[in-house]
Amino acid sequence: MFYREAGQYASSYAQDRQLLTLRQDKLGMLILMAIGFVATPLWASDYWISAIMIPWLILALVALGQNILMGYAGQLSLGSAGFMAAGAFACYNLILRVPGIPFVVAVILSGLIAAVIGILFGLPSLRIRGLYLAVATLASQFFIVWGLDKFGWFKNYDTSGIINAQAIVIFGYTMGSPAQKYLVVLTIVAVMALMAANMAQGSIGRGWMAVRDMDVAAEAMGLSLLKTKLRAFAISSFYCGVGGALFLFAYLQTVEPATFNIELSFRILFMVIIGGLGTILGPFLGSAFILLLPIFLNIMFHAILGRAVDATIASALEQVIFGVLIIVFLIFEPLGLARLWQVTKERLRLWPFKY
Amino acid sequence: MNFFFEVLVGGLLSGLMYSLVALGFVLIYKASAVFNFAQGAMVFFAVLSFVGFMELGLNFWVALPVTIALMICVGILTERLVLRPLVGQSEDTLLMATIGLAFVFEGLAQLAWGVKVRRLDLGIADQPMEWLADKADILVSQLDVAAGLVSGLMVAVLSLIFSKTKVGRGLRAVADDNAAALSIGIPLRQILVVVWATAGVVALVAGMMWGARSGVQFALVSVALKAMPVLIIGGFTSVPGVIVGGLIVGAAEKMAEVYLGPYVGGGIEGWLPYMLAVLFLLVRPEGLFGEKIIRRV
Repeated sequence: MFYREAGQYASSYAQDRQLLTLRQDKLGMLILMAIGFVATPLWASDYWISAIMIPWLILALVALGQNILMGYAGQLSLGSAGFMAAGAFACYNLILRVPGIPFVVAVILSGLIAAVIGILFGLPSLRIRGLYLAVATLASQFFIVWGLDKFGWFKNYDTSGIINAQAIVIFGYTMGSPAQKYLVVLTIVAVMALMAANMAQGSIGRGWMAVRDMDVAAEAMGLSLLKTKLRAFAISSFYCGVGGALFLFAYLQTVEPATFNIELSFRILFMVIIGGLGTILGPFLGSAFILLLPIFLNIMFHAILGRAVDATIASALEQVIFGVLIIVFLIFEPLGLARLWQVTKERLRLWPFKY
Repeated sequence: MNFFFEVLVGGLLSGLMYSLVALGFVLIYKASAVFNFAQGAMVFFAVLSFVGFMELGLNFWVALPVTIALMICVGILTERLVLRPLVGQSEDTLLMATIGLAFVFEGLAQLAWGVKVRRLDLGIADQPMEWLADKADILVSQLDVAAGLVSGLMVAVLSLIFSKTKVGRGLRAVADDNAAALSIGIPLRQILVVVWATAGVVALVAGMMWGARSGVQFALVSVALKAMPVLIIGGFTSVPGVIVGGLIVGAAEKMAEVYLGPYVGGGIEGWLPYMLAVLFLLVRPEGLFGEKIIRRV
């Protein structure tokens, strides 16, 4: 009824291959973009922009990277925070040491540096799978954070072991206010999400999915496992690296290597599982969920108890809820929130009939 | 030279403590092909509950069976609520589910007992053994030796159970093929409960050893993560492999920390086991004692 595709025909192959084929999808995306690019920076408060929108977009980008590796290519990784750290510190050092480097170039280069590291740590994936690979990615997680911590050069020999992000300068303008940073982040995330959607739909993504579903069969059909898997690692780490750089420059401003600990990796993993494995929408929904849940819990405590609970109890409770949710999602909706959205669309189409 | 031996023996003994944690992983993996990421969290949960019960005024010998009973309940609940609905899912899905389970255990333990670091006194001092110090001038902690003995004993007992008893054969049959085991009358659910409960008890023992050594605290979880490289090196399906893997990891990380650490600023212990595991994976993916991995299309 509300979401009909009736009467909308593709009259060329190019039309058929579009990312959004339906008129209402295109309209919806336009409205979403208008809200994101125009309405939010104009009317949202600084708190909302800097404490919720910016981290949401950045973490969604990282989760998208994780999803490329885990959801599309089927390579379980527990090291995404390590690649974020590589991207963040690379970007800091590039801007510090290369005079006059444009911010966007620095971000792309730091993504590429993370990608190279990702390829290195992805090499074991050619021989091992599943949980073996998970252990190998743990090695990357601990090794990168340790390396950044131990070698002072990465931190410009800061005695307290933290780095402070430089100002974001684009075409001579300093992006200082939350709204300006938000626009930078949103632009990068939107472009990269579009790229990811294209890759997922094209031959690259199909290769990943073939390897995920049955790697031996994929190889027998002529896919090079080496190229496909390493491409997934490289692109995934690129996304994580760019996300890490933005995490430092647009969100936290100061980080130490330990910021990118294994807890963060697990949170990103959870975003992907809850959001939906192997979808582009999933990471955005999942990261919103994981970010908003603690805030929601806090409000609930205020409403029920009339006061804030002890921070340690709150975080322990959060852990339990995250854990339970993971299990519940794996049992009842392994495809995550993105699948729920699909179901909703289907319902809207059929309404008022049941099927 | 004495110092070298001290480092080596200290490393080997702490490696045995990793083995003790890894043993819980192997138990569950052998019986159900589930890689239980939550084993580390179970170690933390078990020993924190144990210390918590003792703080409530229970005697050591009362608290011990109470905690064991608690871990058995945890095993039953895990089987009922998590594993049964996920039967037949891919290994990766089950691994992710146990990551969720780990979060539940960690959170519950802290909710129930708080986050403060506690001491656990087993009556064995963390002091050098006197006669060894007198005879050979090598300082080896009593506690480390006791822990080593306990892990050796546990591994021996569990190996025997696995290879000689009816339950053990049932476990191996279940691991090999769920459906076939069911069809010849092996009670799948009971077996899974037994395994998870045993793993819980093993976790308790491991937690008591680590707790006595470095305090009962959240950091135990990251200690338990190191059981994963131990498993990779020893092989996921081998109980004796766990011991060998533990010895290699323990000795290697202590040696590296003492002899290489000063050159790069220390902290090698944090990642060396994982790197070692990666190198092992590249050469011998099934581990030292694991069964050869054969994949079919």
